Amino acid sequence: MNVPLKAIGQPVSRVDGPDKVQGHARYAAEFDQPDLMHAAMVLSTIPSGTITAIETKAARSAPGVHAVITHENAPRLPYAPMAKRPQVDAQGGDQLKVFQDPTIRFNGQPVAVVVAETLEQAVHAADLVRVSYEHADGHTTFDRARGRAPSRGNEKAGRPADTEIGDADAALKSAAVSIDANYVQAREHHNAIEPHATIAAWDGDHLTLHDKTQWPDNDRDEIAHVFGIKKENIHVVSPFVGGAFGSALRTWPHVTVAALAARVVQRPVRLELTRRQCYTSIGFRPHTEQRVALGAAADGTLTAIVQEAFGQTATYEEYAETTLDPARNTYACPNVRTRYRLIEMNTNSPCPMRSPGVATGMLALETAMDELAVALRMDPLELRLKNYADRDQHKNLPWSSKELRACYRVAAERFGWSERTPEPRSMRRNGHLIGYGMATAVYPSHRAKASAAATLLRDGTALIRTAGSDMGPGTYTSMTQVAAETLGLPVERVRIELGDTDMPYAPVHGGSITMASVGTAVQAACQALLDDLAGVVKASPDPRLAAFKAGTPEWRDGGLAGPGGVISFAELMEGLGFDRITAEGQSAPGNESKTHSSAAFGAVFAEVEVDPDFGTVRVPRIVGAYDIGRVVNPKTARSQCVGGMVQGVGMALLEQAEWDERFGRPMNGNLAEYVVPVCADIRSLDVTFVPGEDTIFNPLGVKGVAELGLSGVSAAIGNAVYHATGRRVREFPILPERLLMG
Amino acid sequence: MNRFDYVRPSSVSEAVAAGAEPGSAFLAAGTNLLDLMKGGIARPTRLVDVGRIPGLDAIETLPDGGVRIGALVRNADLAYHQEFARRFPMVAEALLSGASAQLRNAATTGGNLLQRTRCPYFYDTASACNKREPGAGCDALAGENRQHAVLGWSEACIATNPSDFAVPLAALDAVVEIEGRGGRREVPLTDFHRLPGDTPQIETVLAPGELIVAVRLSADAAAFAGHARYLKVRERTSYAFAVVSAAAALRIADGRIEAARLALGGVALKPWRAREAEAALAGASPGFESFQEAAALALAEARPSGDNAYKIELARRVIARALTLAAAGTPERLPALPGSPFASGGSLHD
Ligand SMILES: Cc1cc2nc3c(=O)[nH]c(=O)nc-3n(C[C@H](O)[C@H](O)[C@H](O)COP(=O)(O)OP(=O)(O)OC[C@H]3O[C@@H](n4cnc5c(N)ncnc54)[C@H](O)[C@@H]3O)c2cc1C
Ligand code: SF4
Repeated sequence: MNVPLKAIGQPVSRVDGPDKVQGHARYAAEFDQPDLMHAAMVLSTIPSGTITAIETKAARSAPGVHAVITHENAPRLPYAPMAKRPQVDAQGGDQLKVFQDPTIRFNGQPVAVVVAETLEQAVHAADLVRVSYEHADGHTTFDRARGRAPSRGNEKAGRPADTEIGDADAALKSAAVSIDANYVQAREHHNAIEPHATIAAWDGDHLTLHDKTQWPDNDRDEIAHVFGIKKENIHVVSPFVGGAFGSALRTWPHVTVAALAARVVQRPVRLELTRRQCYTSIGFRPHTEQRVALGAAADGTLTAIVQEAFGQTATYEEYAETTLDPARNTYACPNVRTRYRLIEMNTNSPCPMRSPGVATGMLALETAMDELAVALRMDPLELRLKNYADRDQHKNLPWSSKELRACYRVAAERFGWSERTPEPRSMRRNGHLIGYGMATAVYPSHRAKASAAATLLRDGTALIRTAGSDMGPGTYTSMTQVAAETLGLPVERVRIELGDTDMPYAPVHGGSITMASVGTAVQAACQALLDDLAGVVKASPDPRLAAFKAGTPEWRDGGLAGPGGVISFAELMEGLGFDRITAEGQSAPGNESKTHSSAAFGAVFAEVEVDPDFGTVRVPRIVGAYDIGRVVNPKTARSQCVGGMVQGVGMALLEQAEWDERFGRPMNGNLAEYVVPVCADIRSLDVTFVPGEDTIFNPLGVKGVAELGLSGVSAAIGNAVYHATGRRVREFPILPERLLMG
Repeated sequence: MNRFDYVRPSSVSEAVAAGAEPGSAFLAAGTNLLDLMKGGIARPTRLVDVGRIPGLDAIETLPDGGVRIGALVRNADLAYHQEFARRFPMVAEALLSGASAQLRNAATTGGNLLQRTRCPYFYDTASACNKREPGAGCDALAGENRQHAVLGWSEACIATNPSDFAVPLAALDAVVEIEGRGGRREVPLTDFHRLPGDTPQIETVLAPGELIVAVRLSADAAAFAGHARYLKVRERTSYAFAVVSAAAALRIADGRIEAARLALGGVALKPWRAREAEAALAGASPGFESFQEAAALALAEARPSGDNAYKIELARRVIARALTLAAAGTPERLPALPGSPFASGGSLHD
């Protein structure tokens, strides 16, 4: 057998690719069920108040309709409190309890659901439901004066109200050079291609959920609490997720709606959100306004960082972000003060969206760094190098690994940063203003408890199972590689199954923790399998195995090496008379998080082309170099960075919810009017990974990549726009009108 | 969504008879109408599918040198028709700058001219909209209206017409052939769409049941082929409606402009023909000064309807650029990103 020496590090194409392009991969809404019924939700049309009447007669007598469920007739649900809210949920307040009372907390809140034989019948009947309201005063404007500190739950979860080292305000006052500016980042929506969908089917008191989720185990947990049933009675199946960017981390109210509807009609029910409903029935990246003030000595040494953030949150529960993490440890600076305030609004709850908090904080911090470089008449890259943080000064810990210097150097070289002329408006091409900008990228690396099972089958192939999800980054593929390498098998002989609560526990597929967490669990499971197998071989009376018992077993080339060559797994299984042998493996964060701080790093450089008459901006090039530790699959890792760059173009130039303050509703809730980048907006994207392995952080040596890919990108683009035009737009996205009229 | 009947007439006369029944709507490719039905914005009780009526999908050259475009000719088929694109390049450029390849492959000539506004309040059935529900009020007026009209709007409605195709057609004096129960009639495209006034729900001069059967361009229109451009500023490079667009065409002889045609998109509830600007250009020498003057004239009556004062300045600049590009001559081949400022080079005057 000709086995590649290493599976890890190879640009293996997606193992699930053929299934996806041929339509064999099934997504949540696609699991057909006998007697399946369809649900359509009715959403509130006011942001705050009480339902005074809800007229369902016409809907109930519409053809095909089996039930119309509202707060008036819905079964009371226990919503048993959880001992500890999972970290993907808001850490304060109460989740939305569907159809349990007449109170309206936001515009777009589910107020009824219609269940019918066909989707069309359900949608038609939903249209016939008439709701009357008594309006109540609410908050639909983002008003900084109402800012309040996060509650204890969020403080404890690393979203402190106030932090300070040194005396930042005094240092700012006495700084040789300083800047002080305000930045606005618009409310953004995930807009993953797959709309959220759930199919719920009860069998007695057992519930099966086909759901779009980035965390099947938590889906099960939450629904168990909502319905007050044992989690063992719930089976969540979610093998494929059509993108999520964080929108499927937590279990949204519509999952409860689907399960509730199925219980009422005693038939399986399918509920799929429309695109417009995805703007209010799931979360979004909160509108955030920030102030950044930086002080520096004349040589560019930072003496003061003040960063204050105001984030939008809901009234019924309190979601908060790690917006100010980067301010505290991205640069070396003796005086740092951060202040975080939340502004309650009548809105659906925000939630993590790729690089949550950090992308927002970096947008402001890295724009401010550019402004400081201008004030200092210093090269922006030099300013970053001057203030390089050799330690995490906030936690006062060394980094477990940090190759950021290499990222700066490699990206600057590949970009051609040295050709930049520093004066704004000094570079032109073909009637367009050209600008070069750069930013640092950072995202903290974490691990969580995970487990996996590895099975060797009689034919010598391996099957790996874990409940974790693959929302699209290529987890099927990278886990295959980890298993193949550990077992010494070619990737074709390893199969992975994911996304099912019958499989070993896995943590949330978010925060870029999957490879460091589930990857190490897969590695551990495979190692345990080999250890078990070695034990069995040692104990076996079979004379053919006698030669393989001496010393430490050497697993390679798809089997066990001995003096006379390799005995393949298939031969071993045959010899042992086994059909299958399974071992479980666990991994968990160890002491390293106490002794070290871990993060992935990068440097992003962007070129923009601005039409001076129209204020339209294009991005001909983005170059990024990244330190993500060991690269398990350069192809899928690159895709993550490329995807982050594309989203960064959206954040910098295009994406925003057009929020009508009178109604508390995003008006552009569809993909024609909520503008994300299209292919024609994207040209050259260049990604390099600098060498590095972080074996202090975890045995695989990996860090995270997905969130990192977005970090810093929009600031680099904004900085390039400034360089091109001499205009500093501090309100993102940088719309043409903001450049024209600014 | 409501329950509806579906009929498929096999001739124009059958279609016209069926279309006159109350609650009926013609269905062509459905790329706009079906979206509106799914959203509960359009609620026809009967769909009259005209999509397969024979004889409506031809592009014919007329004896006088003009061209007749059947109502069912697909947007893509028209744009890629070599002879048509050669003679009416700015129409092809406008078509290809609209929507996406998939949509253009389906969308029809008649349907494109009758697509409804993209005003977000029109699309959101929880909002008040005079167009959807006459007399309800207009929530856009004090709402999110950065994309709304700066010309020809009324307090009753400040929406814009989203069609790219209609803009060069308006500039080139296209004529719409209409068939109704009373027979056939013709309306100049510039008179086809109506400004909102007090009745924004009435969008065109079509009477109930009247069917567009064709759109005609004359040989005169082809005389502008050498200097004709469509320029479209949109929020992203492709697949977005116009913020502002301009169709500019010149006939130039001996260094002088003999005649000019100019129309704007994205600024009003109809494609906006700028006749004063055209008159000022006639006889002028092509150059930035005369183009700027024309641009100023075209926007003389403009006023913001909300958060959109920038569109007035933007429209002036788009006109000046479009005229500059037109004066430079129609390119041999359409640029890779038709209608885009990035495909056509940046400012020539900065
Ligand atoms: C995401 C998206 C982006 C788009 N972007 C653009 C863009 O950038 N620029 C642009 O110009 N367009 C754009 N469009 C609109 C697209 O061009 C129109 O949807 C299309 O042209 C409509 O043609 P249709 O044949 O599908 O019409 P249908 O949807 O079938 O009909 C539209 C209307 O016309 C009526 N109708 C159709 N044919 C006739 C007839 N012969 N006589 C009388 N009435 C008739 C129908 O009753 C209906 O009211 C976009 C559309 C979408 C969905
Ligand atoms: S601008 Fe016109 S289409 Fe928009 S809400 Fe007002 S009336 Fe309706």
